[in-house]
Amino acid sequence: MTIVYDIAVVGGGIMGCAAALEMAAGGMRPIVLEQSDIGQGASGVNAGTLSLQIKRVKLMPYALKGHHAWARMGAAVGFKKTGGFTLAFTEREAELLTERQTLKAKAGAPIEFVSTKRLRNVEPNLAQKVVAASYCAEDGYANSSLTGQYFRGRLCDEAIEYQERCQILAIDRGASYQLTTSRGVIYAKRLLLAAGAWIKTAAALLDVHLPVDARINTVSVTERMPALISSVIGHATGLLTMKQKANGTVLVGGGWQGRGRPQEGRGQVMASSVMPNIALAQFAMPGLSKARILRSWTGFEANVPDFYPLAGALPGFDDAFVLGCVRGGYTIGPYIGQLMGDFILGREPELPLFDPGRDFDEDML
Amino acid sequence: MSQIFDIVVIGAGPAGANAALTAAWAGCRVAMVDEQRKPGGQVWRAKNPVVLEAPTTPESRSGDALRQEVACSTVLTFAQSRVWQIESAASGWEIYVLKEGKVVTLVAKALILATGAREYVQPVPGWTTPGVIGLAGATAMFKQDLALPGQRTVVSGTGPLVFFVASEIRRLGGEVAAVVTPNSKREWLRAFPAMVRRPDLLVRGALWVADLYLAGVPIYWRHAVAEIDGETDVSGVTIRRLTRDWAPDGEPEFLGADSLCLGNGLTPAAEAAQLAGLELRYRADLGGWCPEVDASGETEREGLFLCGDGAGIRGAAAAEIHGKLTGETASAYVRGVAPGENHLLQQAYQRAARFGMAMTALSVPRKGLQTLMCADTVVCRCESLTRSDIVAEINAGAQSTLSVKSGLRAGMGPCGGKFCQGTISQLIAQAKGGEVSDVPPPTARPPLRPIPVAALAGDFEYDDLPIPKPAPL
Repeated sequence: MTIVYDIAVVGGGIMGCAAALEMAAGGMRPIVLEQSDIGQGASGVNAGTLSLQIKRVKLMPYALKGHHAWARMGAAVGFKKTGGFTLAFTEREAELLTERQTLKAKAGAPIEFVSTKRLRNVEPNLAQKVVAASYCAEDGYANSSLTGQYFRGRLCDEAIEYQERCQILAIDRGASYQLTTSRGVIYAKRLLLAAGAWIKTAAALLDVHLPVDARINTVSVTERMPALISSVIGHATGLLTMKQKANGTVLVGGGWQGRGRPQEGRGQVMASSVMPNIALAQFAMPGLSKARILRSWTGFEANVPDFYPLAGALPGFDDAFVLGCVRGGYTIGPYIGQLMGDFILGREPELPLFDPGRDFDEDML
Repeated sequence: MSQIFDIVVIGAGPAGANAALTAAWAGCRVAMVDEQRKPGGQVWRAKNPVVLEAPTTPESRSGDALRQEVACSTVLTFAQSRVWQIESAASGWEIYVLKEGKVVTLVAKALILATGAREYVQPVPGWTTPGVIGLAGATAMFKQDLALPGQRTVVSGTGPLVFFVASEIRRLGGEVAAVVTPNSKREWLRAFPAMVRRPDLLVRGALWVADLYLAGVPIYWRHAVAEIDGETDVSGVTIRRLTRDWAPDGEPEFLGADSLCLGNGLTPAAEAAQLAGLELRYRADLGGWCPEVDASGETEREGLFLCGDGAGIRGAAAAEIHGKLTGETASAYVRGVAPGENHLLQQAYQRAARFGMAMTALSVPRKGLQTLMCADTVVCRCESLTRSDIVAEINAGAQSTLSVKSGLRAGMGPCGGKFCQGTISQLIAQAKGGEVSDVPPPTARPPLRPIPVAALAGDFEYDDLPIPKPAPL
């Protein structure tokens, strides 16, 4: 007998898995289809920063909820609430910091401006050249490489079916959706496209054009080091994120761009990005100069022109949905996935979703 | 600052150095990058200056001849230099090299990868005890420093290397307690037809074995070291007889020794090829995962050439010829002419390759060998992960090397997974009831070798930072 699932979730990242978990809890029978391994796309290769200081003002309520979701997942995802500093090294950066963090504080993030003396007391190994700093006690990190392990475990615990190394080749719409995949044909009453940077490709199978683009963010990790920093570190321009994990490794990010396209594999690291990224990390924390970099990698961060999420019904469909392109998607992912699940279950989401059919040139909020 | 060449060659072993020389003789501007102090690679490794007076060997003579030729050529050698990143560019290739603590960029129209092989060591209980070294690692000690692994050594492993190492230990005055090899005499007999095509190499191997017989060194055919005894150093090894599939089934036998050389064949060092954009496919007959390369060194990517054991384990004799053929192909590409057909060289290559592949067939570990591991046998040395750690992760649903790496950090340490991924692939294949060929290695990422932060940072000026468009508020 052919199984017709209540919903096929295309994409086994944080958002797809969180939505599937919510829908299963609400009585639906979902199946998660992942082209590589669960949690191995952007969900598993980002720098793991949970910082309200780098979230968009209008997404702050979602980011706060996201922080709580990660805190609940706790040790299983390597969650640590460490507090975070954002640093300015020039007067111009200090102005930028003041302007931007003030708006974020007004939006509900507990961000304060701190003296360089206090910064030095907490983080004596940071460079002495800091001219201004902001602090958020809510900030911290989780270990993004544990995303797959964690969500795979959750899916198993809830007896939610999933398929890995499962590519969607075609989607046909009849009495139900028929998904032709590299692992066989799957039938489902509904669809949720939560395929990160591959959302565009997935939507194209339904002849829907979504103006999705992808940034190719670079992350690097050092070997294990003696204790250097205890907080999450950011930079007023956003060009640096840095944290030292419990195992002593230092993770360096900051949105430096690699190259490649989602359709052509996992993206490539560019030396011209890694070198200044690491130089800036060493500038901010001179003690890092003794470390060795062991691995640099890239991940695709999807976005639409207005840099707000896609979260709602796929334009022209009432039983197909799309979720992705969330700026700060790692932080917000578990929460917005849950909202999406509620929406598909026919419940009123706790916070509003983001209509994928909107005019992306207008500021819709 | 970047330096511009027609061809950059990575690796200065028999393949790389011969490719570089051939291309330079054809008039190309060639740079050759290598980690060692002198060209020669692992197989023809140069002696440390303090032991230069030591008697010569076939390896040292071949290496000295090659070093002499490189020294007299126009090839610019970047010695003690490590390639950490490879990028394709509009003009060809950009190669990022760590030399004397600084990053040097080389730009070339064509890139020749001659990155050679690394040894596969099947983990067994106690294999991380000090006093246990790889067979290939042991040959490096002999060639460079005339050093011995200990006073009384058990030499264990597959293929011809086990006999070479045992006979070298004896030549350098050490005692070989025993030779232990999973191969049977019958397997060696079956390799004979391929070996007679290179009588020179056949005779050398026969002399190693004859020497061991004459000296009364016990040779345990179809046996393997099942356990290493000793806490802080080796006190002996336990050996067991193997089945046809190389699973242990005989009674344990103890051999006293203070050191063990252990190796289970070579596998292509293919990370540089992956980073340059080549797909790998599994070829058991060539030692594992390797890129697709033809006898002329051409790959599926324009301007990218590959030769030697990095293209599949065919041995030093084949690598030397493959290097020459590839040097010709790459220099023809740079000059924009069709490569000439060198039939004699091609035939010599095929003969040598056939010999080398017969040796690879003897060396490739069979499935049973992995059952020598116990639950608490260390698999990933960088992160101290045991077989039971890895198996638990696989049983929890991690079905790829990428997933195991993410969940446990197996492959995120200083070795970058070069030593554990083979075993992890086997464990995944075993759990899935599939084949190792269904479990590819993880994505290759830079740096190819660990690189100091200070080197990457270079002479950074804060004011040089590009100011990005601020992120949307």
